[in-house]
Amino acid sequence: MYRYDEFDERFVRERVAQFSDQVSRRLDGSLTEDEFKPLRLKNGVYLQLHAYMLRIAVPYGTLNGRQLRQLALIGERFDRGYGHFTTRQNLQFNWPKLRDVPEILGLLADVEMHCIQTSGNCIRNVTADHFAGVAQDEIEDPRPTAELIRQWSSLHPEFSYLPRKFKIAVTGAEADRAVTKAHDIGLRLRRHPHTHEVCYEVSVGGGLGRTPMIGKVVRDYLPKADLLAFLEAIMRVYNLEGRRDNKYKARVKILVHETGTEEFIRRVEEEFAQLDGPSINADPEEVARIAAYFAPPTYEALPAVSRTLDAMKAANPAFARWVEVNTTPHKAPGYTALTISLKPVGEAPGDATSEQMRIVADLAEQFSHDELRVTHAQNLVLPHVRQRDLFTIWQRLGEAKLASANIGLITDIISCPGLDYCALATARSIPIAQAIQHRFASDTRQRDIGELNIKISGCINACGHHHVGHIGILGLEKRGIESYQITLGGDASENAAIGEILGPGLAAEDVPDAIERIVNVYLAERNEGESFLANVRRIGLSPFKAAFQEVVHAAA
Amino acid sequence: MAVAPKRVPLPAILLANDLLDGDVVFASEQSQGALAWTRDPGLALVANDDTAAEQLEAFAVTEFKAQHVVDAYLVDVSIENGVAVPRHYRERMKTLGPSNRPDLGKQAGDGIQAERRG
Ligand code: SF4
Repeated sequence: MYRYDEFDERFVRERVAQFSDQVSRRLDGSLTEDEFKPLRLKNGVYLQLHAYMLRIAVPYGTLNGRQLRQLALIGERFDRGYGHFTTRQNLQFNWPKLRDVPEILGLLADVEMHCIQTSGNCIRNVTADHFAGVAQDEIEDPRPTAELIRQWSSLHPEFSYLPRKFKIAVTGAEADRAVTKAHDIGLRLRRHPHTHEVCYEVSVGGGLGRTPMIGKVVRDYLPKADLLAFLEAIMRVYNLEGRRDNKYKARVKILVHETGTEEFIRRVEEEFAQLDGPSINADPEEVARIAAYFAPPTYEALPAVSRTLDAMKAANPAFARWVEVNTTPHKAPGYTALTISLKPVGEAPGDATSEQMRIVADLAEQFSHDELRVTHAQNLVLPHVRQRDLFTIWQRLGEAKLASANIGLITDIISCPGLDYCALATARSIPIAQAIQHRFASDTRQRDIGELNIKISGCINACGHHHVGHIGILGLEKRGIESYQITLGGDASENAAIGEILGPGLAAEDVPDAIERIVNVYLAERNEGESFLANVRRIGLSPFKAAFQEVVHAAA
Repeated sequence: MAVAPKRVPLPAILLANDLLDGDVVFASEQSQGALAWTRDPGLALVANDDTAAEQLEAFAVTEFKAQHVVDAYLVDVSIENGVAVPRHYRERMKTLGPSNRPDLGKQAGDGIQAERRG
């Protein structure tokens, strides 16, 4: 894991001191709200419906036990005993008091954390594959790249006032678990077919929100050494030409769309050719220094399959089921990457109590080389678990209500906070998630349905990624009540696709019925072994629309 | 910024977020007609006419300038069982708290009990 050097440390400490001073000046009236607001936002402090909200950056979703335990402490001492993990792999506290924020930032700095660049029109926290470094389908660990970008983009003077916020995601695997195609820039490490050199595929102009777009590939094989200069070229073109006249057209996706991909590429390449690459690109020594932090831990030599695990599974079907659903094959024999579900039926997706955080922190220290990950799907991962330890972990998680066996299934719902917390929301999303979870709570039923991603956003900003949900749900306001628009066929993977709207908006209470009817069409129409999404692709929207219309008519 | 938005229909109450604590506060009438903030939506002063609404608006401006509150605005209400209830569901959320957590926020008496005791 990356450790702060003296520059990082000083930078973060200075920021805490600056913000403490800014809060005092706000309180004594020397800063007006208009002056103060951008300053607090630069430190992750938002004002929501019921309180302030503090967004803490979890760089590329990687944490250690000590950090998670500190978050637990902050949650308990300054919040209401819980936090919310987001689709940006960050953590949000829902109830901090402004007067306490300087102290909270100090506690974060103690464990090499901060809230910088979690808001504002800058390059935000870089996200990455949550199985980075351990996935069997990985070509190269994306985290050294993410960390390099973090360092390059932190307080980058040229890119601190972009036309709009800017999100970068990196994956190093075949399967895209970081939704890279829905980011302003998506990077995919891949091998050049002839030279076999590891390069980046660079996509620009993906994004969800009001105008959802899938990123366009602007470079198929960028040599790794050229990364920063090439990013700088993209950022320059965007910074100069991105629209500052209209907030809704200011993201780079609109620029790429309006300019046309080819012309956009031409401008980027022109800028890139003019830049003095060597003065911008990272020093290979520094790149190596960063990469060394992400060297894999020393694994024990173990047989590929643990006999202890097999015996435990045979004796305990519920455990076997959990292992089957929540673990992912690991590079190292005898190990596994374990996903801990933060989606127990009936709880707010992504919420974890301080007590649960402590338990996961303990487990990470004891069983996962002191490492854990936050996923964009709002779950946690213990990336390096010995298969034979799974049973003990499962028991401990069970005591903390963290042993749901539902990863990737219909109750593993992504949901933004929505109108229960968020000041921008047009409708609630958490209660919709809860109602669907209750409807599909049965394990056998979930298992029968198989992989199905439902994603819910409480407004058009799409923090809940609804556009790329197999089933997407968007909460809107219609004539003074909450109304939910359902989309079908979205895909967050390497085959990224935007879902299509099924029909008119529904009242909250009709949503579970609508989902059930959609699922029933699938169950009736699927071929042997065909997933929900594959089925939608094969049979098209019409049968689903017809079933959906029945709900609309029944409700009318 | 200086253009005053069109006022909401009356009756209305004034709500805001406390600058320091961030929680939702409501303008209420103290003795001798002076205005002050309360955490308790049940005590919110209801403006039924333009004069009362203007008084609330003026209070919002001075309190904002005095670094006491942020995001102060009028909210139209209906009177249900003698209590002012915002007509719009968004503002109703602000008088209650997160609907998935009845143990938190105003619906759980956050800040209200302490105020009553005080
Ligand atoms: S999608 Fe909208 S409601 Fe949900 S968190 Fe984002 S801004 Fe808030």
